[in-house]
This record gives sequence, structure tokens and C-alpha cells, in this order.
Amino acid sequence: MKVMINGEEKTFAESMSVEALLTDLGIDPRKVAVERNLEIVPKSTYADVAVGDGDRLEVVHFIGGGC
Amino acid sequence: MANDDFFEVGGRKFSSRLLVGTGKYKDFEETAKAIEASGAEIVTVAVRRVNLSDPSQPMLVDYVSPKKYTYLPNTAGCFTADDAVRTLRLAREAGGWDLVKLEVLGDQKTLYPNMPETLAAAEALIKDGFKVMVYCSDDPIQAKKLEDMGCVAIMPLGSLIGSGLGIMNPINIRLIKESVSVPVLVDAGVGTASDAAEAMELGCDGVLMNTAIAAAKDPIRMALAMKLAVEAGRLAYLSGRMPKKMYADPSSPLAGLI
Repeated sequence: MKVMINGEEKTFAESMSVEALLTDLGIDPRKVAVERNLEIVPKSTYADVAVGDGDRLEVVHFIGGGC
Repeated sequence: MANDDFFEVGGRKFSSRLLVGTGKYKDFEETAKAIEASGAEIVTVAVRRVNLSDPSQPMLVDYVSPKKYTYLPNTAGCFTADDAVRTLRLAREAGGWDLVKLEVLGDQKTLYPNMPETLAAAEALIKDGFKVMVYCSDDPIQAKKLEDMGCVAIMPLGSLIGSGLGIMNPINIRLIKESVSVPVLVDAGVGTASDAAEAMELGCDGVLMNTAIAAAKDPIRMALAMKLAVEAGRLAYLSGRMPKKMYADPSSPLAGLI
């Protein structure tokens, strides 16, 4: 399946959960927030929500920033 | 600072009236030291995409603990209400905070608040359960509108973000402070300690700054200067300054002169 993550197209062998996908990318799921097709994915559902072909994901975290 | 003087926003009490940003520092170690020296309890943070090519690089949360400091996610870099609302929904999911700082900017050159978009975003966020601290123009009428909508703090600019020009319109800042009952914090424009003291002497409830500390030659020492300036300005405000006079008034008694 092809998934657009943070504006980059990524290819995966099969459909997987948000949690599995984050782990596959080397991202600590506890430190990020995920939006799937413009909808927030609650942290508690990372293991249950499946990512499918054509999905658009945003994976964000906190960085230094000011006013 | 006296223990009975505290700053309350969104139902939470804080003893420090200095809020600091976490951007523009040399590295995370300097960020952590400067924040420590400032005595701030609330720090602003930005929400950005994770770098997929190097997801293991150090993160702010590893140096500035969200357990020790109240993270205040802000929408710096958002130019539309929709982007700001989306960003803060993600921030809430990332950290679980409902206290947020909204800013919707007008253009790259001035980063001046876009007030129609700011009002639209504030309305959507409040409806969605957020406690919104809002960056705004130093216009008392807009400030009142934002308070009436339900914003928990009004944060007019002293001058343009990152300009270090100080408080360009102290009269308006004072008018805003007089017209709203929620906390008023000067946000943006502070350049040096006297600017922070001035904001507090005007009666503001707090000051938010980033560049004034991060871009100083010695950010850690400047952070301490800002802490002291905010405390001094607050104490001076609470003390009630003497009236200004046109002519001299001797400090020593005239009676008994030889």
C-alpha cells in the first residue's frame, strides 16, 4: 500500500495499524500525535486503527518555539 | 515575590509571571538552562512534523520535561484559522493539554496578528473545549471581543515578534488591561529587561518572550535579568508609583536649615 506521511509517499508491504506503522518508521508512539485523513487518531486507538492504501497521515511532535 | 501574589489562568495558579518560548536557542542544553534561570513555569512550544528520515534525533521533551513545566502549545507559523485549529487539536492529542496559545499571523514580514482569522479560530477552539490564550493586536475593542467570546487570557503584542523594539503603545496596553477582566500578558516585542518591567508596571499580569532571551549574547544571564525585571515591575505596580510632577520637590526638610 502507498501512504502519504508528512507529505512524503511511503510504500508498505501490507496494511497495518498506526502503532505498527510508527514503530516501523522508528518513531516512539508516546511522543507524537497522528492525524489520518484530517481526523485526529486518539493515542489510545493506535493499535486498533488501520492505515490503508491512499491514506494521508500527519505525524507531529513538540519542538522549540516561541511567540 | 510575596507568596500571596500569584497568576491564575485557565483555572491554574502560577507564581511566575514570566512565560518563555523554547525556540532559537543554540541547542537543547542551552534551552533547558535558560528556562531554569528564568524561573518560568509555562513554556511555549511549537507543533511540527516529525523528521521521518531521522526520527531518533533528540526531542525537546527529553530536555525540558513536560512534568516540570506547563507546555503551552502555540500556533506560531499558522496563517489561517483552519491551520491553527488543526495544529492545536494535534497538540492536545500529543500532550493532553487544553490550555493553548492561539496566534494567527497576517504576513511573513510583520507576523502581525490577522484578527478576523484569530476571532474565527478562537470561536472554533472554545467550542471544542480549549482554554485559549490569544495573541492579538493592541486594540482594546478586539481584546474585549476576545474576552467576551471566552478566551482565558489576552496577549497583545508590545511590538512585532522578534523585533526587540519594546512596548510601542503603552497607552493601548493599559486600556486593554482596564477593559478586560481575564489576565493580560504582553506577548512579543520585549527586547531587554526594562521592557519587561514596563509591561508589568502598566499592570499586566505577565509577559511572554523568546527572542529577547535566546538572542542575547548570554541567554542564561539574560533569562535571570528578565525574571528579576518581571518581579521588579510587578512589585512597583503593586506599590503604586509616585505621581509625576513638573517641578522639584526636596527630599530633605527645609526647616532647620543653617
